[in-house]
Amino acid sequence: MSSTYLEVRGLKAAYGDIQVLHGIDFSVDEGQIAVILGANGAGKTTTLRALCAMVSTEGSVRLGGEELAGQSTADIVRRGVAHVPQGRGTFPDLSVEENLMAGAFVRTDADVRADIEQWYETFPVLGERRTQTAGSLSGGEQQMLAIARALMLRPSLLLLDEPSLGLAPMITRALFEQLTAINEEAGTTMLVVEQNAALALGVANQAYVLEAGEMALSGPADELAADDNVRRAYLGY
Amino acid sequence: MVVLASVLGVFDISLDKLSNGELWLAQFFRGLSDGATYASVALALVMIYKSTGFINFAQGSLALLGVYLAYIFSVEQGLPVALAVVCAMVASSAVAMFVERVFIRPFPPDHVLPLVIVTLGLLLIIDSAVGIVWGFRTRSLPSMFPSGAPIEWGIAQLTWRTIGNLGTVFAVVGLLYLLLSRTKVGLAFRAVSSNLESARLVGIRVGPTLGFGWALAAAIGTLGGALVVPDLLLEPSIMLRVLIFSLAAAALGGLDSMVGAVIGGLVVGLARNLLVTFLDLSELALATAVAVILVVLLVRPTGLFGSTRVERV
Repeated sequence: MSSTYLEVRGLKAAYGDIQVLHGIDFSVDEGQIAVILGANGAGKTTTLRALCAMVSTEGSVRLGGEELAGQSTADIVRRGVAHVPQGRGTFPDLSVEENLMAGAFVRTDADVRADIEQWYETFPVLGERRTQTAGSLSGGEQQMLAIARALMLRPSLLLLDEPSLGLAPMITRALFEQLTAINEEAGTTMLVVEQNAALALGVANQAYVLEAGEMALSGPADELAADDNVRRAYLGY
Repeated sequence: MVVLASVLGVFDISLDKLSNGELWLAQFFRGLSDGATYASVALALVMIYKSTGFINFAQGSLALLGVYLAYIFSVEQGLPVALAVVCAMVASSAVAMFVERVFIRPFPPDHVLPLVIVTLGLLLIIDSAVGIVWGFRTRSLPSMFPSGAPIEWGIAQLTWRTIGNLGTVFAVVGLLYLLLSRTKVGLAFRAVSSNLESARLVGIRVGPTLGFGWALAAAIGTLGGALVVPDLLLEPSIMLRVLIFSLAAAALGGLDSMVGAVIGGLVVGLARNLLVTFLDLSELALATAVAVILVVLLVRPTGLFGSTRVERV
């Protein structure tokens, strides 16, 4: 049996006076992929931002048993949490290669160069455009770069916010295949927020449904995929 | 012919002057020398602009403070001028880091307008403080470079100071380029300027990175001031005038381009000296700088070498 890696208890988050998360509980087991589903405005993005201390929060976030609450974003990144934010996760004025180097900013080991070459092999288009600025890449290429940038950290936990946003269906499928492969090979625990519920439930082990800042449903991904309410609300059949 | 003659008359242009090759060359050299000093202060502006996306008006004041310190160290304490300038660069960097930590860091770095207002306030405070502490009488700071000219053609002299000013600016640009493109702190610096949120998410500590930028810009500004001031006299408003020429240089070159700042500085220096000499416009020297800013903003807002932000969607 796998053990709990990320454990969140009573997580609240607010932008100024507007409370977005009203104390949610969830967990992700080590080496698993969990998905958070929910309508627009349910607080999915805020959940991921709260885990990285990018928004003011209350509650407990434990990673591998260690408390993250109260730590700065820079320190949480040093604990191995990589975050691909929605849309623009790259540095548009830096070259593709510099983006990848920036992704390894907190690493001090000697394998950074080898990792860059490895991602060029995984995403050949990035290798072809290594000297181009990230801003000149297409949307799909930028999303690949943002994910490769995040993986340059060699994260123990990867947070992905709408990785399929704005991508063609074929590219989205290829991207999720890559993510599953990375999850299997490196054992990276992943927490994915995704609009494409069918695809996300297909690759995930665990699933949560967020409604208006509260956890409405949770369970194994295949069970949620079979749930009538989830099916109607998020899968559309 | 009549029109031409009247134009020449208005500007008091004499054909003797225009055909005087030595005068052209003399003003060319002076232009290069002035241009190098504008360029070095423009580089400090560009440094901060690149990292924060705004023009830091306090930069000139920190440079002013630095030049006064260089004056104290050299004229009053008797250090060699070059050493005094280096000490002043270190000291003004320390002040800049303190100022950044106390007055700038409390504001969110992506809200530019409050920050610009704060830097304007800092400009007034620091300039006044310098006036209160050291008084408003003028002083003269010796140049770091020997006097005399190794190369002369009549009245046209290529002086050691011109050579030194130019050499300093090119050295600073070269070192900055290496720092920004080859070091980790340089990468952090550019990452913060490109995407603040992603910079946080790769673990860059944004505050200290910007503090480092302030320190570096203050050091460069102090060095630039130490190049400018020997040509003028040291008094509390001196950097304000230099700042206008340097802003023109930075605007012309493109606010985010270091090479642009150097070329912009040289062009403004040359334009100023040649226009002033041949059109007898010495009262309007500052106006030439403002005119450059205006024309650039109208014709090419990104300057000669500035980057238009490329971002596909």
